[in-house]
Amino acid sequence: MNTLAEPTDFAFDEAAEADVLVAIARYPAGKQASAVMPLLEIAQRQMKRVTGSAWLPRLAMDVVAKRLGMAPVRVYEMATFYLMYNLQPVGKYHLQLCTTTPCWLRGSDDVVAACKKITGIHGFGETSADGMFTMTEVECLGACVNAPILQINDDYYEDLDGARTEALLETLKSGGALPAPGSTVGRHASEPEGGRSVLLATTSTGE
Amino acid sequence: MLNDADRIYQNLYGQQGWNLEAARARGDYAGITDILARGRDPLIEELKTSGMRGRGGAGFPTGMKWSFMPKQSDGRPSFLVVNADESEPGTCKDRDIIRHEPHKLIEGSLIAGFAMGANTGYIYIRGEYHNEAERLQAAIDEAYGAGLLGENAAGSGWDFNLYLHRGAGAYICGEESAMLESLEGKKGMPRMKPPFPAAMGLYGCPTTVNNVETIAGVPTIMRRGATWFSSLGKPKNSGTKIFCISGHVNKPCNVEEELGIPLRDLIDKHCGGVRGGWDNLQAVIPGGASSPILNKEMCDTQLMDFDSLAAVKSMLGSGAVIVMDKSADVVKAIWRLSKFFKHESCGQCTPCREGTGWMMRMMDRIVQGHATLADIALLEQVTTQVAGHTICAFGEASSWPIQGLMRAFAPMVRARAIDYTPALQQAAE
Repeated sequence: MNTLAEPTDFAFDEAAEADVLVAIARYPAGKQASAVMPLLEIAQRQMKRVTGSAWLPRLAMDVVAKRLGMAPVRVYEMATFYLMYNLQPVGKYHLQLCTTTPCWLRGSDDVVAACKKITGIHGFGETSADGMFTMTEVECLGACVNAPILQINDDYYEDLDGARTEALLETLKSGGALPAPGSTVGRHASEPEGGRSVLLATTSTGE
Repeated sequence: MLNDADRIYQNLYGQQGWNLEAARARGDYAGITDILARGRDPLIEELKTSGMRGRGGAGFPTGMKWSFMPKQSDGRPSFLVVNADESEPGTCKDRDIIRHEPHKLIEGSLIAGFAMGANTGYIYIRGEYHNEAERLQAAIDEAYGAGLLGENAAGSGWDFNLYLHRGAGAYICGEESAMLESLEGKKGMPRMKPPFPAAMGLYGCPTTVNNVETIAGVPTIMRRGATWFSSLGKPKNSGTKIFCISGHVNKPCNVEEELGIPLRDLIDKHCGGVRGGWDNLQAVIPGGASSPILNKEMCDTQLMDFDSLAAVKSMLGSGAVIVMDKSADVVKAIWRLSKFFKHESCGQCTPCREGTGWMMRMMDRIVQGHATLADIALLEQVTTQVAGHTICAFGEASSWPIQGLMRAFAPMVRARAIDYTPALQQAAE
């Protein structure tokens, strides 16, 4: 299990503070509660940066509440309502598996099985013994024509199958870096496999 | 098939660059100052004439929606909110607009903000779209740098600021009033209507919420004219639409097509056909998770537009076409959607909070073959107790897939129960 403990104190560091100021400035004066979502995200990213695990200890929520002049309970409500705030430590690689119908039809069961096999995790919500992986079942990730999708931390890995998922996770397990996100079969974005059927006259210049 | 020249999204697949220079080369921002100089009312009239209907799912006429905004401020500011919380299962069109054509969205936001008298716009993008949000922010920064946003935006004399707000994983925030709650820093729980957002929206101020694809289509309509747009598609269902075809086709993809295109053409011409051929088709969910499912016979002749799909008690929704061949367990596919809705219910209204879980468990019973005919009748009846009895349309959204299954696949669903009933009786004896 993950042994990361609840920290004894939390404060936005210099890098986070710059983001906090930008976030608060997006909303009208007196409406700074609107910044609660960005601030929780900034806090979670700071935790990732500093401790290696992207999660939100209660102390961080309290700091956000104080900063925005909100009752702490209103911040706790936010942190528990929205799925992307992790209330417990997660592994270095947060595997977020979409199993909703479009991904399921394209074989997300195989992706789930591959994740379990390589990480040794038995079910969703668990973290691997080495603290490297956490597996979370998520609902539709909104990339359905490239199903099935596995989101690792911030990145989408698309057009997966069992074997490619295993290979991807083996790379990470053996200390390799995350590959470039996107299709794992070389498809370009949401084009049909093998090349687009429309917009043939437009020259490919980009990206 | 739609001519390439009539496609709004020339860079749908990102085969060219996304940045300002590449966008300008495709014609974005051309004559933007003159477009804004036409004035608020002419812009809204043009949009009304074009027949543009909201691309997020409900299909409400966009020009009319804009016209609900106050012409004269009573002292409160007005807001534009762009719904980029794309999370209806099957839907991934806004993602392509954001990462490959972000300047169409920004230019559309400017025109929309100007036309509805809003100096501020927020784009609410789903939290999982992290890389997409970074791309969009980079494009917004470019637009500010070029004077296309901010004070005297694009030389129009109008100040317009555009901000990104990232969600954090809640489907319900795609409902417009839940989105406003979320933007205010609260849980995404939908509001009672009326008052409608145009009267009391964000921070209690007049607000219009539009989908990404709706807003991003506006600049091209203003440039090429309402008549061009309404010449595409069908009467009352005009223009083009990005379809997302997923599931059991040979080549799943996004493609922009005319509204009213036959479903079969969409699949055969753009997706390499159904796996195993058209005759291997079993079912299609035509417009995202909440749209009632169609069986093969319905698919044979189905046209893909708002009214044609409403005529068969389904809907175009977001244009997300989920295809299932004969190998699919259709009942399980719908059960998985029930599980989705159970997970995503915000919990505010009792019929939805309790009903979605109950419906999911009953669907599971049918999948497992543990349901009786009476169970199925009860489930159908309960869906009518959820739909129409909640603050937002989530009650309908979670009930319709089950009702659709019961309509289009009644014999199959009943067969699963009949198979089981004798065993049940035996066990009871």
